[in-house]
Amino acid sequence: MAEEEEESELSDKQKIEIAKWFLLNSPPGEIQYVAKDVKSILNNDDLYNEAASDAFPVYNKSHLISLQMPDRSGDVVVTSFGEVDGNAFLDPRTAQVAIVDHVKQVCKEVRPATDEELPSSFVEEFRCSLDAEILKYVEEAYPKGVCSVYCINGKDVEGPGSDFELAAVISAARHSPQNFCNGSWCSIWNILFKYDQQTVEVKGKLQVDAHYFEEGNVQLDTKHECKDATFLQAPEDCAHAISSIIRHQESEYFASLEASYLKLSDSTFKDLRRKLPVTRTLFPWHNTLQFSLTRDLSKELGIGK
Amino acid sequence: MEAAMGLMRRVPPKHTETALSALLSLMPHHSSDLLSQVDQPLQVLCDVECGKEFILCEYNRDADSYRSPWSNTYHPPLEDGSVPSLKLRKLEIEANDIFAIYRDQYYEGGMSSVYMFEDDNEGFVACFLIKKDGSKTGQGRRGYLEEGAWDAIHVIEVGPEEEENTNYRLTSTVMLTLTTNNESSGTFSLSGSLRRQMSMRLSVADGHLCNMGRMIEEMESKLRNSLDQVYFGKTREMVCTLRPPSEVVQMRMPES
Repeated sequence: MAEEEEESELSDKQKIEIAKWFLLNSPPGEIQYVAKDVKSILNNDDLYNEAASDAFPVYNKSHLISLQMPDRSGDVVVTSFGEVDGNAFLDPRTAQVAIVDHVKQVCKEVRPATDEELPSSFVEEFRCSLDAEILKYVEEAYPKGVCSVYCINGKDVEGPGSDFELAAVISAARHSPQNFCNGSWCSIWNILFKYDQQTVEVKGKLQVDAHYFEEGNVQLDTKHECKDATFLQAPEDCAHAISSIIRHQESEYFASLEASYLKLSDSTFKDLRRKLPVTRTLFPWHNTLQFSLTRDLSKELGIGK
Repeated sequence: MEAAMGLMRRVPPKHTETALSALLSLMPHHSSDLLSQVDQPLQVLCDVECGKEFILCEYNRDADSYRSPWSNTYHPPLEDGSVPSLKLRKLEIEANDIFAIYRDQYYEGGMSSVYMFEDDNEGFVACFLIKKDGSKTGQGRRGYLEEGAWDAIHVIEVGPEEEENTNYRLTSTVMLTLTTNNESSGTFSLSGSLRRQMSMRLSVADGHLCNMGRMIEEMESKLRNSLDQVYFGKTREMVCTLRPPSEVVQMRMPES
């Protein structure tokens, strides 16, 4: 049988790759459960640890997980925008660098950020105003949302004349394993300040995932990209305009998700299977004898297919 | 094995095949358990004798060959491949014909195969398979779906006849993925798998096909309904928990 031929032992490297694949494909908030199962299947702590130390940082960053900082100064978002090195992440709002343990998914300690890690005071004014506006919006729109704004290009620009780029991330997660349901909303906004054109370009990437697994396994995953632009103005006016764009785009997107759900049972699902046959009545199983008689008859008479 | 089943509960259903082959290579000594407990999307082969495709599963497999319900021969050819008795084969042919009509009425296309074989306790086992590609490049009549796959596996264990009654035990699995894609809302994808069981004791007066058909029809409607109402509904609820609809936000914060 086919499976017997595959019994040749896998190399350690292949086992690690498989373990990583399972970890990286964990639904939102479920990597620890997946890790437990992967560990017991591998039955080899060294291999597991190697896979985990590779996979967790990637998973944490792509899911924009947020971790509470030990000094109660808020949450740090784990994202490549704030990555100082592998396990150190900048929290621009508090100007701190959080040291995280990726596999345990906790923040162990914080230290003040150095001057080199922070943007110039000119850029910081734009960043800080935008952070305040987005924070206001996120608190209003997402019951469990966190957000952060980073300078990702041109952080040393000292005054008008050069381009720089900010990135805003919004992440909301809800884990209720006791209800067999987990989900996450992640949005990433790239905001490019262009001095020559006197414009600000806003590009968004939104991703929503949900998993329901009571006696089954059903997952939603959605992705959407959008863009918009506004004029370059004073930091506070820019912040206001940009956050309105984000608010507008995200509520439009939410509305389109609702619309997709509404269309689902009426039309989309029908292309897979109808609720009732074309005849709108249950299938006439009791008449099946007729079907076969008709078939035999048509065969004898040499008609039909 | 428990850990493996735990993983399968969490792996995105659209990656079931990759996950299963990964588990098979990690745990070769559990391969028969894995293959019998994890359902995977159905594959098809073409019956060279009549140029018609048929669906593959564990129930029409012998060694590395699969028996076609159309010509009753194995592909690739296999000497001494097991085949049902003449009587059961007659029922199998009839079941394939009738089930094809049933399938067409509900699925508007797709394909189906039915396999039967004798079991050890004087009864038999029947396996009804349906595969539908509902994408707009496949057989999606309305053209809404970028990707759309529905695979249904119904296995019925039919007990021996006792005083004109027979026990039927049905185990059904449905696996599906559906993806829509458009400019304004990006990609929206739902995928899932469900497995349910149902047992009934029925009079044989109506005939096996009629009894099995009704059970499958009822089960398929139930599964479709739970996916639509319960499972998809729960993911929608989750989205609304993450970001409550604006009316709710306004209700919570009355205008000052």
